[in-house]
Amino acid sequence: MIGTSTLYTLAGVLLFGMGLYALIAYPHLLRKILAMNVMGTGVFMVLISIAYQGPTQRADPIPHALVITGIVVAVCATGLALTLATRIQALTGSARLETDEEA
Amino acid sequence: MMVVVWFDVTLVIILLVCGWLALTTPNLLRAVMLFIAFGLLVALAWVRLQAPDVALAEAAVGSGLTGALLLSTLSAMQRASQKRRSRMEAMQQSTKEEYDAG
Amino acid sequence: MQDRDFNRALQADDDTRLTQSRLLVLALATALVAGLAAAAITFPDDFGRLAPLALDSLPRSGVLNPVTAVLLNYRGYDTLLEVVVLLLAIVGVWAIAPTPRIWFKTPDTPVLATFVRLLLPLMMVVAGYMLWLGADEPGGAFQGGAVLGGVGVLWAAAVVWLPRAGRPFWLRLLLGAGVAAFVIAAVGLLFLRGNLLQYPPEQAKTVILVIESAAMFSIGATLAMLFIGGYPRREEAK
Repeated sequence: MIGTSTLYTLAGVLLFGMGLYALIAYPHLLRKILAMNVMGTGVFMVLISIAYQGPTQRADPIPHALVITGIVVAVCATGLALTLATRIQALTGSARLETDEEA
Repeated sequence: MMVVVWFDVTLVIILLVCGWLALTTPNLLRAVMLFIAFGLLVALAWVRLQAPDVALAEAAVGSGLTGALLLSTLSAMQRASQKRRSRMEAMQQSTKEEYDAG
Repeated sequence: MQDRDFNRALQADDDTRLTQSRLLVLALATALVAGLAAAAITFPDDFGRLAPLALDSLPRSGVLNPVTAVLLNYRGYDTLLEVVVLLLAIVGVWAIAPTPRIWFKTPDTPVLATFVRLLLPLMMVVAGYMLWLGADEPGGAFQGGAVLGGVGVLWAAAVVWLPRAGRPFWLRLLLGAGVAAFVIAAVGLLFLRGNLLQYPPEQAKTVILVIESAAMFSIGATLAMLFIGGYPRREEAK
Protein backbone atom coordinates (compact mmCIF):
# COMPACT_ATOMS: atom_id res chain seq x y z
CA MET A 1 0.00 0.00 0.00
CA ILE A 2 1.46 3.33 -0.99
CA GLY A 3 0.83 6.63 0.75
CA THR A 4 -0.98 9.67 -0.63
CA SER A 5 2.30 11.51 -1.09
CA THR A 6 3.83 8.70 -3.15
CA LEU A 7 0.66 8.40 -5.23
CA TYR A 8 0.87 12.03 -6.30
CA THR A 9 4.66 11.79 -6.82
CA LEU A 10 4.10 8.92 -9.23
CA ALA A 11 1.33 10.86 -10.99
CA GLY A 12 3.72 13.80 -11.36
CA VAL A 13 6.43 11.57 -12.83
CA LEU A 14 3.90 10.10 -15.27
CA LEU A 15 2.71 13.57 -16.31
CA PHE A 16 6.31 14.58 -16.96
CA GLY A 17 6.86 11.51 -19.16
CA MET A 18 3.61 12.09 -21.07
CA GLY A 19 4.52 15.70 -21.70
CA LEU A 20 8.02 14.77 -22.85
CA TYR A 21 6.64 12.24 -25.32
CA ALA A 22 4.15 14.71 -26.80
CA LEU A 23 6.78 17.46 -26.91
CA ILE A 24 9.12 15.33 -29.01
CA ALA A 25 6.63 13.34 -31.07
CA TYR A 26 3.99 15.78 -32.29
CA PRO A 27 4.75 18.44 -34.88
CA HIS A 28 2.30 21.25 -34.08
CA LEU A 29 3.85 24.10 -32.10
CA LEU A 30 0.73 24.70 -30.02
CA ARG A 31 0.81 21.05 -28.97
CA LYS A 32 4.47 21.36 -28.02
CA ILE A 33 3.65 24.35 -25.80
CA LEU A 34 0.78 22.39 -24.26
CA ALA A 35 3.16 19.49 -23.64
CA MET A 36 5.67 21.81 -21.97
CA ASN A 37 2.93 22.97 -19.62
CA VAL A 38 1.96 19.40 -18.76
CA MET A 39 5.64 18.60 -18.05
CA GLY A 40 5.82 21.61 -15.76
CA THR A 41 2.68 20.52 -13.95
CA GLY A 42 4.31 17.13 -13.40
CA VAL A 43 7.33 18.76 -11.78
CA PHE A 44 5.06 20.92 -9.61
CA MET A 45 3.14 17.83 -8.54
CA VAL A 46 6.34 16.08 -7.43
CA LEU A 47 7.33 19.17 -5.41
CA ILE A 48 3.93 19.58 -3.77
CA SER A 49 3.65 15.89 -2.94
CA ILE A 50 7.07 16.04 -1.25
CA ALA A 51 5.82 19.01 0.79
CA TYR A 52 2.77 17.03 1.96
CA GLN A 53 3.26 15.67 5.47
CA GLY A 54 0.00 13.88 6.12
CA PRO A 55 -3.50 15.15 6.85
CA THR A 56 -2.77 16.14 10.44
CA GLN A 57 0.50 17.97 9.95
CA ARG A 58 1.03 21.33 8.25
CA ALA A 59 2.56 21.04 4.79
CA ASP A 60 6.02 22.43 4.05
CA PRO A 61 5.54 26.04 2.81
CA ILE A 62 8.84 26.32 0.93
CA PRO A 63 8.00 24.04 -2.02
CA HIS A 64 4.62 25.80 -2.18
CA ALA A 65 6.32 29.15 -2.64
CA LEU A 66 8.60 27.64 -5.29
CA VAL A 67 5.61 26.25 -7.18
CA ILE A 68 3.66 29.54 -7.08
CA THR A 69 6.73 31.25 -8.55
CA GLY A 70 6.95 28.44 -11.08
CA ILE A 71 3.33 28.73 -12.18
CA VAL A 72 3.62 32.46 -12.87
CA VAL A 73 6.93 32.05 -14.70
CA ALA A 74 5.41 29.17 -16.72
CA VAL A 75 2.52 31.32 -17.92
CA CYS A 76 5.00 34.02 -18.98
CA ALA A 77 7.10 31.49 -20.86
CA THR A 78 3.91 30.17 -22.46
CA GLY A 79 2.88 33.66 -23.55
CA LEU A 80 6.29 34.31 -25.08
CA ALA A 81 6.38 30.89 -26.76
CA LEU A 82 2.89 31.39 -28.21
CA THR A 83 3.94 34.74 -29.63
CA LEU A 84 6.99 33.07 -31.18
CA ALA A 85 4.76 30.32 -32.62
CA THR A 86 2.39 32.87 -34.19
CA ARG A 87 5.41 34.66 -35.65
CA ILE A 88 6.84 31.41 -37.05
CA GLN A 89 3.49 30.72 -38.67
CA ALA A 90 3.36 34.22 -40.15
CA LEU A 91 6.88 33.87 -41.59
CA THR A 92 6.86 30.25 -42.81
CA GLY A 93 3.14 29.67 -43.40
CA SER A 94 3.00 26.64 -41.14
CA ALA A 95 2.70 26.22 -37.40
CA ARG A 96 4.19 22.75 -37.55
CA LEU A 97 7.74 21.57 -37.32
CA GLU A 98 7.59 18.94 -40.03
CA THR A 99 10.06 16.08 -39.87
CA ASP A 100 11.88 14.81 -42.97
CA GLU A 101 9.72 11.73 -42.98
CA GLU A 102 6.50 13.69 -43.37
CA ALA A 103 7.74 16.41 -45.70
CA MET B 1 2.09 4.53 6.48
CA MET B 2 -1.06 6.32 5.46
CA VAL B 3 -3.79 4.50 3.66
CA VAL B 4 -4.61 5.80 0.23
CA VAL B 5 -7.98 7.47 0.09
CA TRP B 6 -10.10 6.34 -2.85
CA PHE B 7 -10.88 9.94 -3.69
CA ASP B 8 -7.20 10.58 -4.37
CA VAL B 9 -6.86 7.49 -6.54
CA THR B 10 -9.91 8.46 -8.61
CA LEU B 11 -8.71 12.04 -8.93
CA VAL B 12 -5.25 10.96 -10.09
CA ILE B 13 -6.72 8.56 -12.66
CA ILE B 14 -9.10 11.18 -14.11
CA LEU B 15 -6.29 13.72 -14.10
CA LEU B 16 -3.89 11.47 -15.98
CA VAL B 17 -6.54 10.45 -18.54
CA CYS B 18 -7.48 14.10 -19.06
CA GLY B 19 -3.83 15.07 -19.53
CA TRP B 20 -3.16 12.21 -21.92
CA LEU B 21 -6.22 13.08 -24.03
CA ALA B 22 -5.18 16.75 -24.08
CA LEU B 23 -1.82 15.69 -25.46
CA THR B 24 -2.98 13.14 -28.02
CA THR B 25 -6.35 14.25 -29.41
CA PRO B 26 -5.88 15.40 -33.03
CA ASN B 27 -8.17 18.41 -32.82
CA LEU B 28 -6.30 21.25 -31.16
CA LEU B 29 -9.36 23.14 -29.95
CA ARG B 30 -10.45 20.00 -28.13
CA ALA B 31 -6.92 19.62 -26.78
CA VAL B 32 -6.98 23.14 -25.32
CA MET B 33 -10.39 22.53 -23.73
CA LEU B 34 -9.10 19.32 -22.17
CA PHE B 35 -6.03 21.16 -20.95
CA ILE B 36 -8.22 23.72 -19.15
CA ALA B 37 -10.16 20.90 -17.49
CA PHE B 38 -6.84 19.26 -16.62
CA GLY B 39 -5.65 22.48 -14.96
CA LEU B 40 -8.79 22.66 -12.80
CA LEU B 41 -8.36 19.02 -11.75
CA VAL B 42 -4.75 19.77 -10.83
CA ALA B 43 -5.99 22.66 -8.68
CA LEU B 44 -8.23 20.14 -6.91
CA ALA B 45 -5.17 17.92 -6.36
CA TRP B 46 -3.33 20.86 -4.76
CA VAL B 47 -6.21 21.30 -2.33
CA ARG B 48 -5.97 17.61 -1.47
CA LEU B 49 -2.26 18.05 -0.81
CA GLN B 50 -2.93 20.94 1.60
CA ALA B 51 -1.64 23.63 -0.72
CA PRO B 52 -4.54 26.11 -1.02
CA ASP B 53 -2.22 28.98 -2.07
CA VAL B 54 -0.96 26.95 -5.00
CA ALA B 55 -4.50 25.83 -5.84
CA LEU B 56 -5.63 29.46 -6.14
CA ALA B 57 -2.69 30.34 -8.37
CA GLU B 58 -3.18 27.23 -10.51
CA ALA B 59 -6.91 27.76 -11.02
CA ALA B 60 -6.48 31.41 -11.96
CA VAL B 61 -3.17 31.38 -13.83
CA GLY B 62 -2.34 27.81 -14.78
CA SER B 63 -5.78 26.95 -16.04
CA GLY B 64 -7.69 30.19 -16.70
CA LEU B 65 -5.13 32.55 -18.16
CA THR B 66 -3.08 29.87 -19.93
CA GLY B 67 -6.34 28.62 -21.45
CA ALA B 68 -7.23 32.12 -22.62
CA LEU B 69 -3.75 32.53 -24.11
CA LEU B 70 -3.94 29.20 -25.93
CA LEU B 71 -7.45 29.88 -27.27
CA SER B 72 -6.57 33.34 -28.55
CA THR B 73 -3.43 31.98 -30.23
CA LEU B 74 -5.35 29.13 -31.80
CA SER B 75 -7.91 31.49 -33.29
CA ALA B 76 -5.14 33.84 -34.48
CA MET B 77 -3.40 30.91 -36.18
CA GLN B 78 -6.62 29.78 -37.84
CA ARG B 79 -7.32 33.31 -39.05
CA ALA B 80 -3.81 33.57 -40.48
CA SER B 81 -3.98 30.27 -42.35
CA GLN B 82 -7.46 31.04 -43.64
CA LYS B 83 -6.16 34.31 -45.04
CA ARG B 84 -3.18 32.54 -46.57
CA ARG B 85 -5.44 29.92 -48.12
CA SER B 86 -7.77 32.41 -49.74
CA ARG B 87 -4.78 34.40 -51.02
CA MET B 88 -3.29 31.28 -52.57
CA GLU B 89 -6.60 30.38 -54.17
CA ALA B 90 -6.87 33.86 -55.65
CA MET B 91 -3.33 33.55 -56.98
CA GLN B 92 -4.10 30.21 -58.59
CA GLN B 93 -7.20 31.69 -60.14
CA SER B 94 -5.30 34.62 -61.64
CA THR B 95 -2.49 32.44 -63.07
CA LYS B 96 -5.14 30.20 -64.60
CA GLU B 97 -6.84 33.17 -66.18
CA GLU B 98 -3.51 34.39 -67.57
CA TYR B 99 -2.86 30.92 -68.95
CA ASP B 100 -6.28 30.79 -70.56
CA ALA B 101 -5.78 34.23 -72.06
CA GLY B 102 -2.28 33.53 -73.34
CA MET C 1 -11.88 13.12 -44.95
CA GLN C 2 -12.53 16.38 -46.78
CA ASP C 3 -13.36 17.96 -43.45
CA ARG C 4 -10.21 16.59 -41.88
CA ASP C 5 -8.04 17.99 -44.66
CA PHE C 6 -9.69 21.34 -44.28
CA ASN C 7 -9.08 21.28 -40.54
CA ARG C 8 -5.45 20.44 -41.10
CA ALA C 9 -5.14 23.30 -43.51
CA LEU C 10 -6.64 25.61 -40.89
CA GLN C 11 -3.97 24.45 -38.44
CA ALA C 12 -6.72 23.12 -36.18
CA ASP C 13 -5.73 19.50 -36.50
CA ASP C 14 -2.50 17.85 -35.56
CA ASP C 15 -1.12 14.61 -36.87
CA THR C 16 -1.12 12.24 -33.89
CA ARG C 17 -0.88 8.87 -35.58
CA LEU C 18 1.38 6.39 -33.86
CA THR C 19 4.24 5.97 -36.33
CA GLN C 20 7.33 3.85 -35.83
CA SER C 21 9.58 6.69 -34.76
CA ARG C 22 6.93 7.90 -32.32
CA LEU C 23 6.73 4.42 -30.84
CA LEU C 24 10.47 4.66 -30.19
CA VAL C 25 10.01 8.03 -28.46
CA LEU C 26 7.16 6.55 -26.42
CA ALA C 27 9.36 3.62 -25.39
CA LEU C 28 12.17 5.95 -24.32
CA ALA C 29 9.75 8.15 -22.38
CA THR C 30 8.36 5.06 -20.66
CA ALA C 31 11.87 3.99 -19.68
CA LEU C 32 12.50 7.46 -18.23
CA VAL C 33 9.21 7.33 -16.30
CA ALA C 34 10.11 3.88 -14.92
CA GLY C 35 13.49 5.15 -13.73
CA LEU C 36 12.03 8.27 -12.16
CA ALA C 37 9.23 6.27 -10.52
CA ALA C 38 11.78 3.91 -8.99
CA ALA C 39 13.63 6.94 -7.63
CA ALA C 40 10.37 8.43 -6.32
CA ILE C 41 9.41 5.27 -4.44
CA THR C 42 12.82 4.97 -2.78
CA PHE C 43 12.89 8.67 -1.90
CA PRO C 44 14.02 9.02 1.73
CA ASP C 45 11.45 10.28 4.21
CA ASP C 46 13.80 11.93 6.69
CA PHE C 47 15.63 14.57 4.70
CA GLY C 48 16.44 17.93 6.28
CA ARG C 49 13.30 20.00 5.96
CA LEU C 50 13.33 23.78 6.19
CA ALA C 51 9.68 23.86 7.28
CA PRO C 52 10.33 24.02 11.06
CA LEU C 53 12.74 26.92 10.52
CA ALA C 54 10.24 28.74 8.32
CA LEU C 55 7.38 28.24 10.78
CA ASP C 56 9.48 29.20 13.81
CA SER C 57 10.55 32.51 12.26
CA LEU C 58 6.97 33.35 11.30
CA PRO C 59 6.39 35.85 14.18
CA ARG C 60 9.36 37.90 12.97
CA SER C 61 8.32 37.85 9.30
CA GLY C 62 5.42 40.29 9.66
CA VAL C 63 2.81 37.93 8.16
CA LEU C 64 1.01 34.82 9.34
CA ASN C 65 0.75 32.93 6.06
CA PRO C 66 3.99 30.92 5.78
CA VAL C 67 3.86 30.87 1.97
CA THR C 68 3.69 34.68 1.80
CA ALA C 69 6.52 34.82 4.35
CA VAL C 70 8.69 32.60 2.16
CA LEU C 71 7.83 34.49 -1.02
CA LEU C 72 8.18 38.05 0.22
CA ASN C 73 10.46 37.80 3.20
CA TYR C 74 12.81 34.80 3.41
CA ARG C 75 13.22 34.37 -0.31
CA GLY C 76 12.68 37.96 -1.41
CA TYR C 77 15.43 37.64 -4.01
CA ASP C 78 13.56 34.92 -5.86
CA THR C 79 10.42 36.97 -6.06
CA LEU C 80 12.35 40.07 -7.12
CA LEU C 81 13.93 38.11 -9.96
CA GLU C 82 10.56 36.59 -10.83
CA VAL C 83 9.05 40.04 -11.27
CA VAL C 84 12.01 40.84 -13.53
CA VAL C 85 11.26 37.69 -15.56
CA LEU C 86 7.66 38.90 -16.01
CA LEU C 87 8.91 42.24 -17.29
CA LEU C 88 11.36 40.52 -19.65
CA ALA C 89 8.58 38.30 -21.02
CA ILE C 90 6.47 41.30 -21.99
CA VAL C 91 9.50 43.07 -23.50
CA GLY C 92 10.16 39.91 -25.49
CA VAL C 93 6.58 39.72 -26.73
CA TRP C 94 6.62 43.37 -27.77
CA ALA C 95 9.93 42.82 -29.57
CA ILE C 96 8.69 39.80 -31.52
CA ALA C 97 5.08 40.53 -32.41
CA PRO C 98 4.28 43.53 -34.58
CA THR C 99 0.53 43.47 -33.96
CA PRO C 100 -1.89 42.33 -31.26
CA ARG C 101 -2.82 38.69 -31.40
CA ILE C 102 -6.48 39.28 -30.67
CA TRP C 103 -8.98 41.12 -32.77
CA PHE C 104 -10.46 44.15 -31.13
CA LYS C 105 -14.06 44.07 -32.18
CA THR C 106 -17.02 45.61 -30.43
CA PRO C 107 -19.22 42.73 -29.30
CA ASP C 108 -22.44 42.19 -31.23
CA THR C 109 -24.48 42.01 -28.09
CA PRO C 110 -24.83 44.68 -25.41
CA VAL C 111 -25.17 41.96 -22.78
CA LEU C 112 -21.46 41.16 -22.75
CA ALA C 113 -20.32 44.78 -22.44
CA THR C 114 -22.82 45.55 -19.67
CA PHE C 115 -22.01 42.36 -17.82
CA VAL C 116 -18.29 43.02 -18.00
CA ARG C 117 -18.81 46.63 -16.89
CA LEU C 118 -20.61 45.35 -13.81
CA LEU C 119 -18.13 42.56 -13.19
CA LEU C 120 -14.88 44.51 -13.52
CA PRO C 121 -15.15 46.67 -10.38
CA LEU C 122 -16.15 43.58 -8.41
CA MET C 123 -13.10 41.71 -9.65
CA MET C 124 -10.87 44.64 -8.71
CA VAL C 125 -12.24 44.45 -5.17
CA VAL C 126 -11.66 40.69 -5.09
CA ALA C 127 -8.06 41.21 -6.21
CA GLY C 128 -7.45 43.75 -3.46
CA TYR C 129 -9.11 41.49 -0.92
CA MET C 130 -6.91 38.57 -1.96
CA LEU C 131 -3.83 40.72 -1.56
CA TRP C 132 -4.88 41.81 1.94
CA LEU C 133 -5.91 38.28 2.87
CA GLY C 134 -2.56 36.91 1.67
CA ALA C 135 -0.87 38.13 4.84
CA ASP C 136 -2.72 35.65 7.04
CA GLU C 137 -4.67 33.23 4.85
CA PRO C 138 -4.17 31.60 1.45
CA GLY C 139 -3.90 34.35 -1.14
CA GLY C 140 -1.39 37.05 -1.95
CA ALA C 141 0.09 39.17 -4.70
CA PHE C 142 0.23 36.43 -7.32
CA GLN C 143 -3.35 35.31 -6.87
CA GLY C 144 -4.56 38.91 -6.76
CA GLY C 145 -2.44 39.69 -9.80
CA ALA C 146 -4.00 36.74 -11.62
CA VAL C 147 -7.48 38.13 -10.91
CA LEU C 148 -6.34 41.52 -12.21
CA GLY C 149 -4.99 39.73 -15.28
CA GLY C 150 -8.45 38.25 -15.71
CA VAL C 151 -9.87 41.78 -15.49
CA GLY C 152 -7.53 42.79 -18.31
CA VAL C 153 -8.49 39.79 -20.44
CA LEU C 154 -12.22 40.49 -20.03
CA TRP C 155 -11.57 44.14 -20.70
CA ALA C 156 -9.80 43.37 -23.95
CA ALA C 157 -12.32 40.73 -24.98
CA ALA C 158 -15.34 42.96 -24.45
CA VAL C 159 -13.54 46.14 -25.62
CA VAL C 160 -14.89 48.21 -22.77
CA TRP C 161 -12.33 50.87 -23.44
CA LEU C 162 -8.96 50.77 -25.12
CA PRO C 163 -6.04 53.13 -24.97
CA ARG C 164 -5.31 54.75 -28.33
CA ALA C 165 -2.48 53.30 -30.37
CA GLY C 166 1.05 53.19 -29.11
CA ARG C 167 2.31 52.17 -25.75
CA PRO C 168 1.10 54.76 -23.31
CA PHE C 169 3.39 55.87 -20.54
CA TRP C 170 1.05 54.77 -17.78
CA LEU C 171 1.04 51.24 -19.17
CA ARG C 172 4.84 51.08 -19.00
CA LEU C 173 4.63 52.51 -15.51
CA LEU C 174 2.16 49.82 -14.50
CA LEU C 175 4.33 47.05 -15.97
CA GLY C 176 7.46 48.32 -14.26
CA ALA C 177 5.89 49.21 -10.89
CA GLY C 178 6.61 45.82 -9.29
CA VAL C 179 10.29 45.81 -10.19
CA ALA C 180 10.61 49.48 -9.21
CA ALA C 181 9.02 48.98 -5.77
CA PHE C 182 11.12 45.89 -5.13
CA VAL C 183 14.39 47.54 -6.14
CA ILE C 184 13.62 50.71 -4.17
CA ALA C 185 12.82 48.62 -1.07
CA ALA C 186 15.95 46.51 -1.54
CA VAL C 187 18.31 49.46 -2.04
CA GLY C 188 16.63 51.51 0.70
CA LEU C 189 17.03 48.68 3.19
CA LEU C 190 20.61 48.19 2.03
CA PHE C 191 21.38 51.76 3.14
CA LEU C 192 19.24 51.68 6.27
CA ARG C 193 20.08 48.23 7.61
CA GLY C 194 23.14 47.19 5.65
CA ASN C 195 21.43 44.16 4.14
CA LEU C 196 19.55 43.68 0.89
CA LEU C 197 15.85 42.92 1.50
CA GLN C 198 16.19 42.33 5.23
CA TYR C 199 13.13 43.95 6.75
CA PRO C 200 13.00 45.29 10.29
CA PRO C 201 10.47 43.00 12.06
CA GLU C 202 8.27 45.89 13.25
CA GLN C 203 7.77 47.41 9.80
CA ALA C 204 7.93 44.11 7.91
CA LYS C 205 4.20 43.95 7.23
CA THR C 206 4.09 47.48 5.82
CA VAL C 207 7.07 46.85 3.54
CA ILE C 208 5.64 43.54 2.38
CA LEU C 209 2.24 45.06 1.65
CA VAL C 210 3.74 47.97 -0.32
CA ILE C 211 5.90 45.65 -2.41
CA GLU C 212 3.02 43.21 -2.86
CA SER C 213 0.54 45.80 -4.06
CA ALA C 214 2.99 47.22 -6.61
CA ALA C 215 3.86 43.67 -7.72
CA MET C 216 0.16 42.77 -7.97
CA PHE C 217 -0.57 45.59 -10.41
CA SER C 218 2.50 44.69 -12.46
CA ILE C 219 1.59 41.00 -12.57
CA GLY C 220 -1.98 41.81 -13.58
CA ALA C 221 -0.88 44.21 -16.31
CA THR C 222 1.75 41.75 -17.58
CA LEU C 223 -0.69 38.85 -17.77
CA ALA C 224 -3.27 41.01 -19.58
CA MET C 225 -0.64 42.28 -22.05
CA LEU C 226 0.55 38.70 -22.66
CA PHE C 227 -3.03 37.87 -23.64
CA ILE C 228 -3.29 40.85 -25.97
CA GLY C 229 0.06 39.91 -27.50
CA GLY C 230 2.03 42.45 -29.49
CA TYR C 231 1.09 46.08 -29.24
CA PRO C 232 1.07 48.27 -32.33
CA ARG C 233 3.90 50.74 -32.48
CA ARG C 234 2.91 54.36 -32.51
CA GLU C 235 3.78 55.02 -36.14
CA GLU C 236 2.20 51.79 -37.41
CA ALA C 237 -1.08 52.29 -35.63
CA LYS C 238 -3.07 54.50 -37.89
